[in-house]
Amino acid sequence: MSIDIAQFVLLLLLMAGLVVVAGRWLTLVLTTRGHWLPERIGYRLLGIDPDAGMDWKAYGLALVLSNAAMMLLGYLMLRMQSWLPFDALHRASQTPDLAFNTAASFITNTNWQSYSGESSLSNVSQMAVITFLMTVSAASGMAGCAAFIRGLAQREARDVGNYWADLSRVTWRLLLPICLVLSLVYVWQGIPQTLASAVDATTLEGATQHIVTGPVASMEAIKHIGTNGGGFFGANAAHPFENPTPLTNLLHMLAMFLIPSALTYAFGRMLSRRAQGWAFLAAFLVMFVGFLAVEYPAERAGNPMFASLSVDQAPGALQPGGNMEGKEMRFGIAQTSAFVAVTTAATTGSVNAMHDSLTPVGGLVPLFLMMLNNVFGGVGVGFINLVSFAILTVFLVGMMIGRTPEFLGKKIEAREMKLVMLAVLAHPFCILGFTALAALWPGAASSLGNTGPHGFSELIYAYTSGTANNGSAFGGLNANTPFYNTTIGLAMLLGRYFTLLPMLAVAGSLAVKRTVPESPGTLPTATPLFTVLLIFVIVVVGGLTFLPSLALGPIVERLAMSAGQFF
Amino acid sequence: MRHSLVRPVLVSAVLFMAVTGVAYPLASTAIAAVLFPHQAAGSLVRQDGVVKGSAVLGQDFRAARYFHPRPSATSDQPYNAAASGASNLGPTSAKLRDAVRERAAAFRKENGLAGNAPVPVDAVTASGSGLDPDISLANAHAQAARVAAVRHLSLDAVNTLVDRQAKGRQLALLGEPRVNVLALNLALDAAR
Repeated sequence: MSIDIAQFVLLLLLMAGLVVVAGRWLTLVLTTRGHWLPERIGYRLLGIDPDAGMDWKAYGLALVLSNAAMMLLGYLMLRMQSWLPFDALHRASQTPDLAFNTAASFITNTNWQSYSGESSLSNVSQMAVITFLMTVSAASGMAGCAAFIRGLAQREARDVGNYWADLSRVTWRLLLPICLVLSLVYVWQGIPQTLASAVDATTLEGATQHIVTGPVASMEAIKHIGTNGGGFFGANAAHPFENPTPLTNLLHMLAMFLIPSALTYAFGRMLSRRAQGWAFLAAFLVMFVGFLAVEYPAERAGNPMFASLSVDQAPGALQPGGNMEGKEMRFGIAQTSAFVAVTTAATTGSVNAMHDSLTPVGGLVPLFLMMLNNVFGGVGVGFINLVSFAILTVFLVGMMIGRTPEFLGKKIEAREMKLVMLAVLAHPFCILGFTALAALWPGAASSLGNTGPHGFSELIYAYTSGTANNGSAFGGLNANTPFYNTTIGLAMLLGRYFTLLPMLAVAGSLAVKRTVPESPGTLPTATPLFTVLLIFVIVVVGGLTFLPSLALGPIVERLAMSAGQFF
Repeated sequence: MRHSLVRPVLVSAVLFMAVTGVAYPLASTAIAAVLFPHQAAGSLVRQDGVVKGSAVLGQDFRAARYFHPRPSATSDQPYNAAASGASNLGPTSAKLRDAVRERAAAFRKENGLAGNAPVPVDAVTASGSGLDPDISLANAHAQAARVAAVRHLSLDAVNTLVDRQAKGRQLALLGEPRVNVLALNLALDAAR
C-alpha cells in the first residue's frame, strides 16, 4: 500500500513541477506578437491579418465556423474511407449516423467512439481524420480559453485576440513540438509507429495471430496532451500497444494534466493576479485528491463475490489483488485508479481499464467527476467551467453577506449571471434530458450490456461522458445504433458549444466594463477561504443536480453488492 | 464580415489536416523508424525468421506444457489482436459470477489444487484489453507444478525460471511486479 501511495505522490509532484514550466511556455504562446515562418505562410493562404483584433462575437463565429468545416471534412473522409488508398485490410466506410457521431465526437474534443478502432478505421483515417481532429479540437479549446482570459483582462475594450493567430500558434508552438517528442518517447517504450496495417504471427502453439498495427504513437501523444482520449484500438489505453509499460501510463497521466493545470498559471500571469491562478489550481487539486481517495480503496477492496468463490484478491508481494476484472496486470490497482480519476477529471476519456467493470463506488467516481466537469477539465474549457463556478460563487456569497458581486475588478451584473447560468444549466439539462429520453425510447434498452441498476449506470454514463466531452464509456453499452449515435452526437455538440459560447459572451461583456477599484466591500477571491467556498459550491450544485440519478445507478448497485444480489 | 470568413474557414480545414493529420504523423514515423525500428514495428519476436508474436502483446496458450495467460474476452477467439476488448460485465453481473466460478474450477482442476483452494484473482478475471501479456507471480507459481510435471523438470527449476523472468516495478516504483507469459514460455522451450 505504501508503494501505491508513493506512486500517487510522485504523480502529483511531477504534475505540480510541470505547472510552472508549461505555464510560462503557455503564457508566451498566448501573448506573443511575433509570427513564425510556417504561421506566416498559413496566414497568407487563409488570407487573413493575424494582428487584427476580434470582438467576442467575431471570435466565436470564426471558431464555430472553422470547427464546422473541419467536422464536415472529417465526416466526408469517413464516408469515403473505402475509396481511399493504402488500407491492406480494406475497412469499409462508416455509415452516415456513425460518421456524424465520430466527426462530432472528435471536433468537440470528446472522443466518444461508437466504433472499434482496429476493425473500422484505416491508417489513413486514423491520421488524416482522427489525429487531425484531435489536434484542432484541442487548439480550438485553447484558443477559446485564451480569448476568455483576454476578455477578463481587458478594460473598456472589445478586442479578445485573433482566432486564426491563436489556433496557429497553439498548434505550431505548443501542441506539435510536445507531441513529436512525446510520440518518440512512446515508441521507445514499445508503442508502434508504422504505416503497416497488420502483421501475422505464428504463436508458439502454431496458431495464427493477426496483429493490427499503425501510426499509434503519434495519436497517443496528441490524444493525451489534447485531453482527447479516443483510442487507436477498441480497448483504448488498456491495449498494450497504446500503453505498454507503467512508465507510459504515468506519462499519459502527466500529459493529460499538463495543459489544464498550466492554464491556471498562465491565467495568473496574463492577468497579473498570480495568487488567483494558484487559488484555482488549489481548488482543482483538493477535489482531485478527494476523488482519488475514494476511488483507490474501492477498487483495492475488490468484489465480495470473488471472496465467496474462494478467489484470492488480497494485495500482497506476489499479486496486486483487488478487482482485476477489466484491468491490466502491469498497472494493478494503484495505476488504474489514478488513471480513472485523471482521465475523467481532465475529461480525456482515455481508459486503461474498463470502467464498466469497476466496483459500484469505483464507477461512481468517474461518473461524478464528469458531472462536475471542472476538476481540471479538458484543454481550455475545463478552466472556463471553473471560472463560471467562481462567478457563481462570488454571486452567491455576495448575496449572503450583502457585498457587491465583483470578480477580478469587474462588477458582475444580471447579464453575466444569466449567461453563466445558461452555461451551468446546459450541462445537467443535456445529461438528464437525454438519459430520460433513452430510458423511455422503444428499443433503446436492448443496447444495454448489463441489467439492473448497472444497466442504468451505462445509460447515464454515456450521456454524461458525451455532454462533458469526456468520451470514456461503460463499454457494455452498444452505442452504434442510429438512436444513440444521433443523441450522443447532439449531446456532445450541445455540451461543447453551449458552455463555450455563453462564457465567451461573459468575457466579452466583462471586457467592455471599466475596472472598479477594490473597496472594503470587495470579496477577495484569491484566498483559501474563497477556494473552500468555490469547492463547496461546485460540489453542492453538482450533488443536488445529480444525486437522485446516481441513487438509481451506482448507489443502489453498491447496496445490492453488499446484499449479495446479482442481476 | 460573413463573406470574408469563407476563405479562412475552408482553407484552414484543409491546411490543418495536411499539417496535423499528415505531416506530423509521417514525421514521427520517419524519425521512429531510424531511432527505434524494433518498437516502431510492434516489438515483434522472431524465431528463425518467423514472427512468433509481439513482446508486448499476450497470446493464447492452452497446452499443459506452457504457462497460461489471463482469461481474454476478445471476440471470435481469446487473444484476438485484431479485436481488442473486455467483458464489460459489471460487479453485480450474474454472468460474471458464473464465469469466475467456472474459471476458478477449471484452474484448480488443471493445476491439481484442492476444491476450495484460493485462486489468484488475475487467473479468473478477463483483462481490459483481452491482450494482457502478463500474469502475477502468484498465478505463475500456482501453475509451476503442472508445467514441471509435464516437462519432467523439478518444481524448483521451474520456479527459478519464473523468478528469473519476473519483471519488477519499473524504476523500482511504477506499476506491479509481473511475468510476461510469452517470454516465460520461450525461456521454458529454450531450457529444455
